[in-house]
Amino acid sequence: MTDNINEIGRRKFLKLSAGVFAGACALTTLKPLISSMNPSKDVLASSTKKIDVSGMKNDDVRVEKWLGKPIFIMKRSVESLKIVDEVSMDALKDQQSDEQRFYDRNWLVVIGVCTHLGCIPIAKQGDYNGWYCPCHGSHYDLSGRVRKGPAPSNLVVPLYDIIYNDPEKKNASHIIIGVEKGTANV
Amino acid sequence: MSNDNKIIDQSKTGSVVDWIEYRLPVFSFIKHLCDYRTPINLSFMWNFGILAGIALVVQIVTGLFLAMHYTPHVAHAFDSVEHIMRDVQYGWLLRYTHAVGASFFFIVIFAHIARGLYYGSYKSPREIVWICGVILYVLMMATAFMGYVLPWGQMSFWGATVITNLFSAIPLIGDSIVSLLWGGFSVDNPTLNRFFVLHYLIPFIIAAFAVIHVIALHQFGSTNPTGVEVKNVKKETVPFHPYYTYKDLVYVVIFFLVLFMMIAFLPDYLGHPDNYIEANPMITPSHIVPEWYFLPFYAILRAIPDKLMGVLGMFGAIAVLFVVPWLDRHPTKSGKYRKYFKIAYWIFIFNFLCLMWLGGQEAAEPYLTLSRISLCIYFSYFLVALPLLSKYEPISPDIPESIESSLKSKG
Repeated sequence: MTDNINEIGRRKFLKLSAGVFAGACALTTLKPLISSMNPSKDVLASSTKKIDVSGMKNDDVRVEKWLGKPIFIMKRSVESLKIVDEVSMDALKDQQSDEQRFYDRNWLVVIGVCTHLGCIPIAKQGDYNGWYCPCHGSHYDLSGRVRKGPAPSNLVVPLYDIIYNDPEKKNASHIIIGVEKGTANV
Repeated sequence: MSNDNKIIDQSKTGSVVDWIEYRLPVFSFIKHLCDYRTPINLSFMWNFGILAGIALVVQIVTGLFLAMHYTPHVAHAFDSVEHIMRDVQYGWLLRYTHAVGASFFFIVIFAHIARGLYYGSYKSPREIVWICGVILYVLMMATAFMGYVLPWGQMSFWGATVITNLFSAIPLIGDSIVSLLWGGFSVDNPTLNRFFVLHYLIPFIIAAFAVIHVIALHQFGSTNPTGVEVKNVKKETVPFHPYYTYKDLVYVVIFFLVLFMMIAFLPDYLGHPDNYIEANPMITPSHIVPEWYFLPFYAILRAIPDKLMGVLGMFGAIAVLFVVPWLDRHPTKSGKYRKYFKIAYWIFIFNFLCLMWLGGQEAAEPYLTLSRISLCIYFSYFLVALPLLSKYEPISPDIPESIESSLKSKG
């Protein structure tokens, strides 16, 4: 009788352990299948982009394509920065100071995708002379911060680094999108 | 009226399972599959049906994910396959599993067909099971052929050219048919495009036919090594689950072990290196061969020195399988109890392997003569040996009365 019970217990154990093992094996097959749908190596390799900005004048806006999205680059003049600095935090929906956003304030670098529903804002338009999204009427200022309209947050600042021509870091030659600050100069 | 009320009441009572079962009898269907009575004496030769099903699932799943990265365009196809191999995460694993998996599908199917031929699985009342199986085999070959074209290598291109040109052998309308298949005047972008679409579609038709194959099988149940039908359901059969699910699982594990050993260590062993050269419509490789599973039929095609007859011979070698149930009318089902049939059978199997080997050799002597001998043996098995044996082979006194008695006599 006790043998019988042991037998059943052992059987249960065998069944359970075999089942768990088979289940784990089945789950591991999901790993390559799901991974294959993630960005492939060639797509990942295109995730950094070096942009020559040496020829840009004050208050020029450039649009560059990065990972299929537009990147806005603006070389801001002293006047533009003054306008940006005059804004009080209370006036902002997504409270961020310009210093928090850009480590070299002469250069504005943002992903040019409206944070509302993904349209592309138009430069030097809208109530704040920054960007204006024609789809649903969001207004962004010269720091790319949302000031009016349905967009919930500021234009996103991507990872970027600036390469300078001079040790004083006055004249930028290139901006690299998709790398951490300080890694490009090495 | 009262009847209506009863129906409503029934639908309201019971568990969620009952609620669903009442509307969609899915649970009783699962129960049927589990309880399906299976002869107790099935050997490992009865595992290949399940393995074929597994192989089909592996092909469909890997193929689905490969299709997400493949581009069916002559300018991009070859590169997109290399992209899968180098850039897509685990793309190499998906593609090798798909390519080696196709070969394993054929290994399994060959074993499955050989089992059917030996144990007379095609005999009454299972003729439709057999015919469904042959249809499945033909669909599989079509799918495999079109799949091999997709990487757009040299072998893909010239394989496609040669195989589609087979139809030009048809008198009068041959050339228009070939042009229709190509969508042009040579194998080109329209051909690649439609092959991709069909390669994606046919596996689902195969899945549907596999269901019909199984439904027809479940009508009378599996055959068994004795060839004697079940007489005492209680003593001679067991429910499919858990007995055969677990037995099948052992072979499923072995199948995957060998499959992944090939994928890991010999992924290109069954392929051809020339297919890693991009298709060039201006240069034919000096020695073109189809995939190994087509070699026996390819040998037959080359052995006949006439275009139309060669093509007919090749298609006939497959078509003859459809009529096997009417060529072999011997009352004994299992080859185990047929002394003379056994000899013919093993000659046939050996000869089939010879044909496969000959298909891989150059189209020159002595291979052509050997192929001709071999092809005669192939057809004589079906058209001479089977009908004659059904008429003249005596019924063996060793045939057991029942499955039960066959097991007792063994001790």
